[in-house]
Amino acid sequence: MANHHAHAVLPDEPEKATLEGKNKVLGFWLFLGGETVLFGSLFATFIALRDQANGGPTSQALFDMNLVAVATLLLLTSSMTSVMATLALHKKDLKKIQLWLTITVLLGLGFLALEIYEFVHYVNEGLKMSTSAFASAFYTLVGFHGAHVAFGISWIILLQVSATKKGLTVVTAPKFYLACLYWHFIDVVWVFIFTVVYLMGMIGGKVG
Amino acid sequence: MSAHASHAPNRSGLWDYLTTVDHKKIAILYLIAGGIFFLAGGLEALLIRLQLMYPEIELVGAKTFNELITMHGTTMIFLAVMPVIFALMNAIVPLQIGARDVAFPFVNALGFWLFFFGGVLLNTSWFLGGAPDAGWTSYTTLALNQYSGIGVDFYVLGLQIAGLGTLIGGINFLVTIINMRAPGMTFMRMPMFTWSSFITSGLILFAFPAITVGLVLLMFDRLFGGNFFNPDAGGNVVIWEHLFWIFGHPEVYILILPAFGIISEVVSTFSRKRLFGYSSMVFATALIGFLGFMVWAHHMFTTGLGAIANTLFGLATMLIAVPTGIKIFNWLLTMWGGQIRFPTANLFAVGFIPTFTIGGMTGVMLAVPPADYQYHDSYFVVAHFHYVIVGGLVFGLFAGLYYWWPKMFGKMLNETIGKWNFWTFFIGFHLTFFPQHFLGLMGMPRRVFTYLKDQNLDMGNFISTIGAFGMTIGTILFLINVVVAAKSSKRAPADPWDGRSLEWAIPSPPPEYNFVQTPLVRGLDALWVEKMAGNKGMTPAEPIGDIHMPSPSFLPFLMSLGLFVAGYGFIYHNYVVVVIGLLFTLGCMFTRSVKDDPGYHIHEDELEEKGVKA
Ligand code: HEM
Ligand SMILES: [Cu+2]
Repeated sequence: MANHHAHAVLPDEPEKATLEGKNKVLGFWLFLGGETVLFGSLFATFIALRDQANGGPTSQALFDMNLVAVATLLLLTSSMTSVMATLALHKKDLKKIQLWLTITVLLGLGFLALEIYEFVHYVNEGLKMSTSAFASAFYTLVGFHGAHVAFGISWIILLQVSATKKGLTVVTAPKFYLACLYWHFIDVVWVFIFTVVYLMGMIGGKVG
Repeated sequence: MSAHASHAPNRSGLWDYLTTVDHKKIAILYLIAGGIFFLAGGLEALLIRLQLMYPEIELVGAKTFNELITMHGTTMIFLAVMPVIFALMNAIVPLQIGARDVAFPFVNALGFWLFFFGGVLLNTSWFLGGAPDAGWTSYTTLALNQYSGIGVDFYVLGLQIAGLGTLIGGINFLVTIINMRAPGMTFMRMPMFTWSSFITSGLILFAFPAITVGLVLLMFDRLFGGNFFNPDAGGNVVIWEHLFWIFGHPEVYILILPAFGIISEVVSTFSRKRLFGYSSMVFATALIGFLGFMVWAHHMFTTGLGAIANTLFGLATMLIAVPTGIKIFNWLLTMWGGQIRFPTANLFAVGFIPTFTIGGMTGVMLAVPPADYQYHDSYFVVAHFHYVIVGGLVFGLFAGLYYWWPKMFGKMLNETIGKWNFWTFFIGFHLTFFPQHFLGLMGMPRRVFTYLKDQNLDMGNFISTIGAFGMTIGTILFLINVVVAAKSSKRAPADPWDGRSLEWAIPSPPPEYNFVQTPLVRGLDALWVEKMAGNKGMTPAEPIGDIHMPSPSFLPFLMSLGLFVAGYGFIYHNYVVVVIGLLFTLGCMFTRSVKDDPGYHIHEDELEEKGVKA
């Protein structure tokens, strides 16, 4: 069970170079499997309740395509920049990793800001958690995703800061790799939210 | 290896256990905590049975009765049997696959402390305004604010915290089994207990997120004015039922599969034969795991899902009887022609087989939707699930504890007390639950705190309560046995039962690094293969060298403590406390992620074939 720290030369695929690293990567994939069930349950709940506006604002009345399109653009771009970070990781280029991750974080922050603006706006329009079953389901699903984004941002920043001291090693490499994986996962979930919540919500009518 | 400390950090007593990341010690923690919750759940059961001993008595009254049945079910499932299963998995699985450690020792400890603090939080409800009273299934709308008290808030938060612990524990076992097997330990050479732990962990991974979501939604409804389950604002109560049972049905297989694994090990060891039909056992286990996810709506036949849905779910449910039947026959054929011995472990294993079969048969009866309309919410259901959970799982756990106790603690349990333990528990069990089938068929509903005189329910209930005392005596005898074993000065040998799998190749209890040298596995029943080849022990797969160990840490305890505190903040709507608790937990996570654990090394010349003090 080798646990080496300072390596003159980093091995290829440094994230899987040690047993600890391999364990982390596999464990994280499994964790994402669990997260899939988690979001799946939230989606199912949302689909069952999306038309239950209880006299309050409906999705058709609220949703604004432009805002959501910009948010989507930001997040999808950030997914791409996180891929660039992973590629840089395989080239063992810490500077590039830091650069791409910084862009990822900024894009993520932009997305979060739009989401907060959106929620505040909806509350002003009369959609509160307690307004209707639709409202509860909407805020919970989209809010859960938002919380994941916020967590991802803090995680990446933390990694970036500690890597300035520790550098790129077989200990830090898996962490970078996983953070990027996590960020992708959040993006994939967003694609589903965009489709199920917003597109289907704007078209309206009974589907589920 | 310069950066490492070369000696084990000095640890002792309580501090050792609060900071340990050793899977064998975590096993002991799970066993102690699960044992204590088991006693609490048992006490609740006795009170329930006393209240029902005679018709129309007022021993505890309706309100307390509701709290008792809710807490009994919840405690037994989440806080008693699950942790004891986790105790055995932690103690045995790494040894059976020839591993020095689990994949994530730190996460393993965190899993335990989350479970523990969640359980404590839930149980403090008794002293803080009343226990939950909406049933262990917490069906909405009964579980919403209009109909139930603050107890359900404890249920929601306690189970959430404990459930997180279970989930990360499951991931740890999956990765351990996939990545940490000794050379030669292919999947098809893994002992059945490890196989069942593996499938169980997979079920945990996919079932627990559903209850996580269910609990979050219920929490939002109860605490933040959400409307998921409030029909007046467009909510839908059936969503709770689905989420609960998408978790709940796999959960019963999370419970029973490890018991199947234990029975396979015990029956084969004490028949001195390899397990009959090993590959069909593996296949059956995987198939049961898969089907376990397809049948949840058999708990909802009477909800009104419609005839088509009921038929499909009914048929899918009955299918489970096929792989289960395969297992039963394989156990019988393992014993067939074997040199059978009957120490207590095997008594429990053999007692398990017919008892569980009866439970399976009533299950198939319940899986017939039109018939279920008759049985549903009657004592027949109570009889069914106790036959599978107590007659199956708890018998299996006793078998496993008698079997592996020497390995875990280095002391043998006393066989004479063990036999008394078995017979009182076994007879008490059947006295308690067999009459309940008939009580149910005669119309006794479940979850009512009393019944009228002279409706043919008096006798059955009376016998049932007497039986409960029999099980109590059995449990007390087990505790006595534990004390006797702890006091005895005789040390258990490494291989007391002439065992077949790897855990018997190392001393009892095992040293902290498990294997001095990683063993080379050359077949199914790895140790038996070597014994048959005339070898004294396992052939090593590596030369002797330094062993790297992870450092102990107090952070898992503190992280869980933070969530525990935040839990009270939510329950009492005090958001300052919530923020303090959550920040504390996040701070611990932060510390953990910036401070890498270099661990320490045990040097070659310090390695001895001696055990840890347990
Ligand atoms: C062949 C196997 C089995 C079949 C066909 C089966 C079928 C069923 C059905 C149809 C019900 C719903 C009854 C109702 O509420 O009206 C039920 C309830 C239940 N079963 Fe099973 N079952 C089987 C095995 C198991 C096992 C292995 C366990 C646990 C280890 C288990 C635990 C339970 C529990 C706890 C309930 C009651 C849940 C509640 O409403 O509180 N069953 N079973
Ligand atoms: Cu079921």
